[in-house]
Amino acid sequence: MNAAFVILRRELHLALRGSGDSATTVLFFILAAILFPFGVGPEASILARIGAGVIWVVALLAAMLSLERMFLTDYEDGSLELLTLAPLPLELVVLAKIAAHWITTGLPLIVATPLLAILFGLPPQAFPILLLTMLIGTPTLSLLGCIGAALTLGARRGGVLIALLVLPLYIPVLIFGVGAIDAAVTGLPVRPHLLILASLLVVALPLCPWAAAAALRQALD
Amino acid sequence: MGGHAAFIWPALGLTAAVLILMLVATLYSLRSGEAALSRLKATREPRPGRRSPAPDAG
Amino acid sequence: MANLHRFANPNRFLRFSRVILPWLAGITALLFIVGLYYALFASPADYQQGETVRIMYVHVPAAWISMFGYSVMAGASATALIWRHPLADITARAAAPIGAGFTLITLATGSLWGKPMWGTWWVWDARLTSVLILFFLYLGHIALSRAFDDPTRGAKAAAVLALVGFVNVPIIKFSVDWWNVLHQPASVSRLAAPAIDPSMLRPLLIMALAFTFYFLTLLLLQIRAELTHRKVRALQLAQASAQ
Repeated sequence: MNAAFVILRRELHLALRGSGDSATTVLFFILAAILFPFGVGPEASILARIGAGVIWVVALLAAMLSLERMFLTDYEDGSLELLTLAPLPLELVVLAKIAAHWITTGLPLIVATPLLAILFGLPPQAFPILLLTMLIGTPTLSLLGCIGAALTLGARRGGVLIALLVLPLYIPVLIFGVGAIDAAVTGLPVRPHLLILASLLVVALPLCPWAAAAALRQALD
Repeated sequence: MGGHAAFIWPALGLTAAVLILMLVATLYSLRSGEAALSRLKATREPRPGRRSPAPDAG
Repeated sequence: MANLHRFANPNRFLRFSRVILPWLAGITALLFIVGLYYALFASPADYQQGETVRIMYVHVPAAWISMFGYSVMAGASATALIWRHPLADITARAAAPIGAGFTLITLATGSLWGKPMWGTWWVWDARLTSVLILFFLYLGHIALSRAFDDPTRGAKAAAVLALVGFVNVPIIKFSVDWWNVLHQPASVSRLAAPAIDPSMLRPLLIMALAFTFYFLTLLLLQIRAELTHRKVRALQLAQASAQ
């Protein structure tokens, strides 16, 4: 367990040293979202209606940006091979990397979300639910994305390929994330959506590191 | 076709088109592979004859 | 496993496929002739759907095969990963484009049925969305398995993806029962008392068999094509290293 924290610290350290990353992700998140008022027009009622969906879709895309580099640098300089030889199970190493990815992308996105919610004029009762869905949903994005990152190691056009593999898997998270917010706005029960969102996370938490570790072993064979 | 012919025939036609296209693509891939294989084998046949004196020459 | 390993030898598999292919092709043709006759001429119009029920005779079988094809792909992928069976890799790779084709048929014919019946080409309900995801999973599998310079690496990565994506198959199957959606629930699966008249069940089942045999025929042909291309690549490598 201690070793997992060492690896988590190493990952965070590396991520923070190249600290531009988190800032770039957040900037992309905000920039891509404010394209929509230009695209669909500044009418407040329309923006409030589509705001939750736009924020979630752009969050999916932003969470995907830094996936490619999740394992790539370690793969290229050979440290990934060392990590597989470590006494720690590869699944835990992968979990540490996922945690680092979430802390450096998912968390900043959540912090930036209220700003976008204000810009889109979302109804106040949607704010806490929006943040809650992001809090439950973004770890699932990191977990699922990790599989895509592991599968495309060493592929030609890896970045585009990750999008092709990961976006279909992201759709359930998007559906129930936005569903919860829409339910909150229209006064319907929010709980079922949140429960499904949480169960997605609970299912992905053991399965994704396992699948990604299997993919990594294949890549290093 | 009960006024819905405009939907039924395209549906059947599209199905047939995709099914036939898959068959043609598969057969084409099989034929091109077999052609490449027989070409390779043809160029390989004379090689043992050519290669056996090579060690003496080198 | 003993039976499976009998076909591990590609040459033995090729001999087996040469014997069985004419039979598969013949049965497929026969089933299509009989099935189309029943589907187009010898079956009544539905009292609700009218003549558009005839689209169902290609739509439903295609949907079944698109899920069956994915199951074949996932099963072959698991076999390839666990037992490193050489033909399993090739089977998974060969099944992907065929499955994608059947999924495309499912989506297109469903759309052509939905326009006159629901009044719209497309609705975003759970069944349609999960089949669309299936289509993208097939495309992702095809792209991933061809994205590596080393084909065995591509096959392994694609195998992991096929297994991850298998989650989607039960979701498609049960989406109409779990969520109250526009798409009607299955009417054939209740074998004891199918909610469908025999006069319509007959063309449906014959067409489903025809589609299944067509899938198997295509799969065998595609596996043979893959094996041939692999042999060509091996020979080219051997020649290049001999020079």
